[in-house]
Amino acid sequence: MRSGHVNAGWWFVGPALAAIGAFFFVPVAASLLLSFTDFDVYAVARPDRLRFVGFGNYAHLLREPRFWTALGNTAYFVFVGGPLSVAVSLGAALLLEAKLVRWRGFFRTVFFLPVVTTLVAVAVVWRYLYHPRHGLLNLLLGVAGIHPIDWLGDPRWAMPAIILLAVWKNFGFNMVIFIAGLQSIPERLYEAAQLDGASAWQQFRRVTLPMLAPTFVFVAVITMIGYFQLFAEPYVMTQGGPANRTLSVVLLMYEEGFRWWNMGYGAAVAFVLFAVILALTLAQMGLRRLQPGTEPVR
Amino acid sequence: MSVSRRAPALLLLGLAPAFVAVLGCRLDAEQAGAVRFWAMGREGEEVQQLVPEFERRHPDVHVRVQAIPWSAAHEKLLTAHVGGAMPDVFQAGNTWLPELAALGALEPLDERLARWSALDRGDYFPGILDTNVIDGSTYGVPWYVDTRVLFYRRDVLGEAGYPEPPRTWTAWTDAMTRVKERAGPDRYAILLPLREWEAPVILALQRGASLLREDDRYGNFQSAPVRAAFDFYLDLFRHGLAPRAGDTAVANLYQDFARGYFSLYVSGPWNIGEFDRRLPAELANRWTTAPLPAPDDAYPGVSLAGGASLAVARGSPRKDAAWKLVEFLSEPAQQVRFFRLTGDLPARKAAWADENLPRRPHAHAFWIQLQSVRSTPKIPEWERIAGKISQYAEAAIRGNLTLDQALAGLDRDVDNVLEKRRWLMRGAGR
Repeated sequence: MRSGHVNAGWWFVGPALAAIGAFFFVPVAASLLLSFTDFDVYAVARPDRLRFVGFGNYAHLLREPRFWTALGNTAYFVFVGGPLSVAVSLGAALLLEAKLVRWRGFFRTVFFLPVVTTLVAVAVVWRYLYHPRHGLLNLLLGVAGIHPIDWLGDPRWAMPAIILLAVWKNFGFNMVIFIAGLQSIPERLYEAAQLDGASAWQQFRRVTLPMLAPTFVFVAVITMIGYFQLFAEPYVMTQGGPANRTLSVVLLMYEEGFRWWNMGYGAAVAFVLFAVILALTLAQMGLRRLQPGTEPVR
Repeated sequence: MSVSRRAPALLLLGLAPAFVAVLGCRLDAEQAGAVRFWAMGREGEEVQQLVPEFERRHPDVHVRVQAIPWSAAHEKLLTAHVGGAMPDVFQAGNTWLPELAALGALEPLDERLARWSALDRGDYFPGILDTNVIDGSTYGVPWYVDTRVLFYRRDVLGEAGYPEPPRTWTAWTDAMTRVKERAGPDRYAILLPLREWEAPVILALQRGASLLREDDRYGNFQSAPVRAAFDFYLDLFRHGLAPRAGDTAVANLYQDFARGYFSLYVSGPWNIGEFDRRLPAELANRWTTAPLPAPDDAYPGVSLAGGASLAVARGSPRKDAAWKLVEFLSEPAQQVRFFRLTGDLPARKAAWADENLPRRPHAHAFWIQLQSVRSTPKIPEWERIAGKISQYAEAAIRGNLTLDQALAGLDRDVDNVLEKRRWLMRGAGR
């Protein structure tokens, strides 16, 4: 009977597994194989023009300055934009959960709106905002007496501009998760803290933050993974420029793979990025586990 | 238990009719024998108006036009070929042909061209026709032509002492310097978008440079003519004649041109219509076009042989019908109609004559320029190399690399890109 149960279970998950296998594991395995070849336009026409290059693509990749530029840019985006995005989300969530705030539903909707707006439309509008001579942003800076900045054209400012856009576009999503986290903190903890004479800051520091820890890990990991895959913003706004300062790893992969049809090399880029994300995610989870008195997520 | 084992099989049986239905639809479409024609952007929309006439003349052929956006067209053709979803006949930028030919996606057209009674090779611009010939085989028929000329503010250059357009690089530089002097620090003489590879490549071709050497197996960017051309190009930025501006800094090209942010611009025929439409009315007679200046006295300097061709997919089951469409669209009468619909310059000189185009004010410069055009290296890797050129040119303009560093880096990268080509050619030699 027992073995029968196992069997039936397999049948139930079978269709889902088959779909995942066919549309996820097989392509992933295929691209891993691909990353050891020099598959390109020539090989599409004649398979005998395909060469097995072993780790050649990876070796070439690590020697390529453009890859390091892309990795550096992506790291910049992740480690500046990520924390900023989490902080803004948390701030917005705290504001919306504050007892004084009215029209909560309205603001929540407004803050969430950028998340569901099409990025391309958003990018077009932001390109206008960022315009060095006629843009609204520089107009406001001008009022404050600050010289105009060529946001998307100046190599120093392009990535901050992309980060600003990405944070504005995405913070609503994490905000909703933080709101859920905040709402699940029992009111009695705050009451107890107040009875002990804790100030608002102490309540935040000693009650809110520790209770939000699991939410934090979740948000941090998800944000990091998402931000490492930076693509659409530079693709639409800057095409990786100026001077490659907004070239991200995924954009590099896209260019190599789909623009130049250098599939083998593109696949290698993808797997290096995968390794980086995996290592950092494990590190993040490990950090959480090191801290005493907190439960691991999920 | 036995039921649970059978369930998936039953499920499959249940789905079977759906599969059959899907397959059936596919077969229906195939049998209907519609010629599938992909055209890009505006061309894809407008060419639909030519189709009824074609179908009237060929009642047995039905044409289905699909408009593909330009920005996705190149990728889409490659993926379609790999995925076995190629149209029967399609429009392709003529710089893509070498790549598509290497893929085996294109039908060689030489035999059909030989049998085509109405063909008159002399009616095509030789430089443009040449871009369709790769390793001795013809893979496309020019549909419309495209090259780059100078768009400039006649009033601004006139005030600067150049009522006639400059004919040499020296005169060109002098004209731009004077324009810049009058324009002041926040305005410029010429706009050369940093992301575009065309300007430095044109200048190099004008210098008589070969961008690649030894059968296009190595980069040749450190050679003297290329270096001289890049030096001239960089000088335009060093001397403040051109803004160090990416495409993001120019939100509205036409407004900026009208306001005098820049007064010269190197661009293609599509901008004749755009300038007409988008510039303020009072500017209508204050701009015009001119062929490109030359580094020496051999005016005009060469420009790029661009444009789009019609090509037939090698895997198509309806090549004959597809070819009929190519012949039809190449007729001078249809070329004229297409020009009126799109503003794209006709590939056939007969159509130019019918429309009196060589004498029209803005088209005239293109007529002259099209007599001296050169194609970029006809190898599949070209688009990639072009991307590298703009990358390194941008780095040099921004001062991140010196000219020599940029050209050395370019040679190194291009040699890398061409590694497979060298390997294949070694194999062919054996």
